[in-house]
Amino acid sequence: MITALIVMAGLALVLGATLGAASVLFRTQGDPLVDKIDAILPQTQCGQCGYPGCKPYATAIAGGEADINQCPPGGDEGVRKLADLLGREYKPLNAEHGIEKPKSVAVIDEATCIGCTLCIQACPVDAIVGAAKQMHTIVADLCTGCELCVPPCPADCIDMVPVAETVENWKWRYPVFELKVQPATLPAKEAA
Amino acid sequence: MLSKLFSFNGGVKPDPNKSLSTREPIARLALPPQLVIPLHQHIGGTPRPLVHVGDKVLRGQRIGAADGNVSSAVHAPTSGHVVAIEPRPMPHASGLSSPAVVIEPDGLDAAIEREPFDWHAAAPGEIRDFLRDAGVVGLGGAVFPSHLKLNPGKSGHTDTLVINGAECEPFITCDDMLMRAEPENILRGALIMQRMLAAKQVLVALEDNKPEAAAALKAAAQSLGHASLEVVVVPTRYPAGGAKQLIRVLTGIEVPHGSRSTDYGVQCFNVATALAVWRALEHGEPLTRRIVTVTGNVERPRNFDVAIGTPISHLFAAAGLKPDTDKLIMGGPMMGIPLPNIDAPVVKATNCLLASSPALFAPPEPELPCIRCGECARACPADLQPFELYWHSRARNFGRAQEYKLFDCIECGCCAYVCPSHIPLVDYYRYAKSEIWARERDKDAADSARERFEFRNWRADREKEEKAAKLAARNAAKPAVKPTDGSAPAADVAPSAGDDPMKALIEAAMARARAQKEAVAAKNTDALTPAQQAQIDAAEERRKRASELSGSNAPAE
Ligand code: SF4
Ligand code: SF4
Ligand code: SF4
Ligand code: SF4
Repeated sequence: MITALIVMAGLALVLGATLGAASVLFRTQGDPLVDKIDAILPQTQCGQCGYPGCKPYATAIAGGEADINQCPPGGDEGVRKLADLLGREYKPLNAEHGIEKPKSVAVIDEATCIGCTLCIQACPVDAIVGAAKQMHTIVADLCTGCELCVPPCPADCIDMVPVAETVENWKWRYPVFELKVQPATLPAKEAA
Repeated sequence: MLSKLFSFNGGVKPDPNKSLSTREPIARLALPPQLVIPLHQHIGGTPRPLVHVGDKVLRGQRIGAADGNVSSAVHAPTSGHVVAIEPRPMPHASGLSSPAVVIEPDGLDAAIEREPFDWHAAAPGEIRDFLRDAGVVGLGGAVFPSHLKLNPGKSGHTDTLVINGAECEPFITCDDMLMRAEPENILRGALIMQRMLAAKQVLVALEDNKPEAAAALKAAAQSLGHASLEVVVVPTRYPAGGAKQLIRVLTGIEVPHGSRSTDYGVQCFNVATALAVWRALEHGEPLTRRIVTVTGNVERPRNFDVAIGTPISHLFAAAGLKPDTDKLIMGGPMMGIPLPNIDAPVVKATNCLLASSPALFAPPEPELPCIRCGECARACPADLQPFELYWHSRARNFGRAQEYKLFDCIECGCCAYVCPSHIPLVDYYRYAKSEIWARERDKDAADSARERFEFRNWRADREKEEKAAKLAARNAAKPAVKPTDGSAPAADVAPSAGDDPMKALIEAAMARARAQKEAVAAKNTDALTPAQQAQIDAAEERRKRASELSGSNAPAE
């Protein structure tokens, strides 16, 4: 009996110590829920949600401070995914934060650019290259289309251009259903 | 000798319709007035153009260089002038454009001088590089760069090399006619591949509905006299030409979902690819031509040997396109893709051009709900459950579709062929696959944006810290500087710097600039000659006028 107790107590001690050590050794970096939410957000970093970037918005959602329908670039599908992840009710995008637009990238009119570097400072993802008094240009592959570089430009030379479809990114359309409407019945209904 | 053939599950037996285009031998098609050679014709990176508008090019000259190793080169099929390098419509279901080199042939067909390449003495790596630069890619339709597959991998050897001449799809006969025309060179190409792969045996397989091709290949095999090379005739059943299906018929190996045949020691190439390898290595000819079947609703269906880049309209003109044609298809009736643009060029992937008419292919019957009859699952040669794939693709439930191995679907169309509800099942799979790819691209882009955003934030923090550190250092040095500038007492500056380091920095910079100006200003305007003084006055005058002008302009705006 006593040996059993000693063994159990000893085991408990050893296991407790291991667990404690493990929790110190393998402490998770950041909040896993925030990371999961952040993985759904489109990383456009545009701030339309009212937070300075996607991660802060993710943190706010996880903390219950923000709703799930504030990210226009993520669109309807993004809201659905967040609702799924968090087990919440789906709700349409909150129009206060903007509407869903087709993805665009910024293009600098290189003839008008005065090389002021203001857009570089505004770009959250370092998608603009250039140096003071040199013409600037935007690396289209890196641009998230956040539009943050448009207002600061004093020469008004940045345009948002929708991303064109190419052979590489083209998608097969959803198969269209044959609508089986009997032409004879339609006017009849209208008449009634 | 292969003692026994195996068989794959499922499959269908559609009407072959092959005799239409095998009555006449392959015809060499005359060059069109303009060749449009797309730079990107294969799986992998888009080649970099090597020529400029106005350049003269020769037959066999490389006009696009492989972009990295997972890519392949493109060449000029004849001599002439480059008249444009611009996006042109592609033979693609989208009808969209891609960069292409447009060549106007000069009629001389002058060839570029070839650098001799002794493949007998070359190392396998050198041969692979040579094939990459000769633009050799899989001609069965997948256009995967061949040099990447001609590698035995870690094990250093391969059990079986399969040369695929099954050509199971209805209407298509380009491989059949090629096997009849050049059986020996196909086998020679296969033997080079065998050497590169260190393969124990080579099986050249074709369906039993091509007796002429089989006889030609068998005679050629006999004259070459290689014990490890064998011509195998397999039963005709669609899709026996699918790589996994053919491997199963020949070796009995069932390659599981999500794995590749190379993991089981089997590698598979199309017959036309074997010939392209032979031509590239033995004759130094890059891949600039291919055989294309033109059939269906045309007056004179047959096979053409055409220069890659020839507009598709040119082929249909030669075959006599009938006026009641309602649709053009690249490939066969089962797996082909719709061609929205008849002016798109022939590319390395173009094996067949099929004109369809309401009489030839009845318009699709209206789609009815799935009745879960399971016919599709019985017909599926990839052992999938097509109705589940359909269900989840239709509901845009892409994760579930992937769990049901959507990406193992070879889009053979057997399921849609047997479906009693006439559901265009493959359309749903293509839709689902391209949506999944798009999501993966978006995800990669989002991940890289996150990384760059985080890096930028880290950099901003670091800059802030560095500035603060600099400021602290300067503040420590301030009391010593103060007396000389004499304007503000030290006590005034310290608290303001504490509130707003930026302000303090700007003030310091301005003070520095003032001091510098005072120090410099006096010097170079001392002891002026009258001429210099007059020049300075004139300049000052101009400056004043300019500022007045801009001053009067500003309010007007
Ligand atoms: S609105 Fe969306 S994309 Fe923009 S910063 Fe907020 S979470 Fe990111
Ligand atoms: S370039 Fe402009 S639109 Fe594009 S990511 Fe940068 S700031 Fe946003
Ligand atoms: S064959 Fe058609 S109707 Fe039958 S289970 Fe498959 S999809 Fe449904
Ligand atoms: S198209 Fe795909 S699902 Fe349908 S039978 Fe072929 S492999 Fe199976």
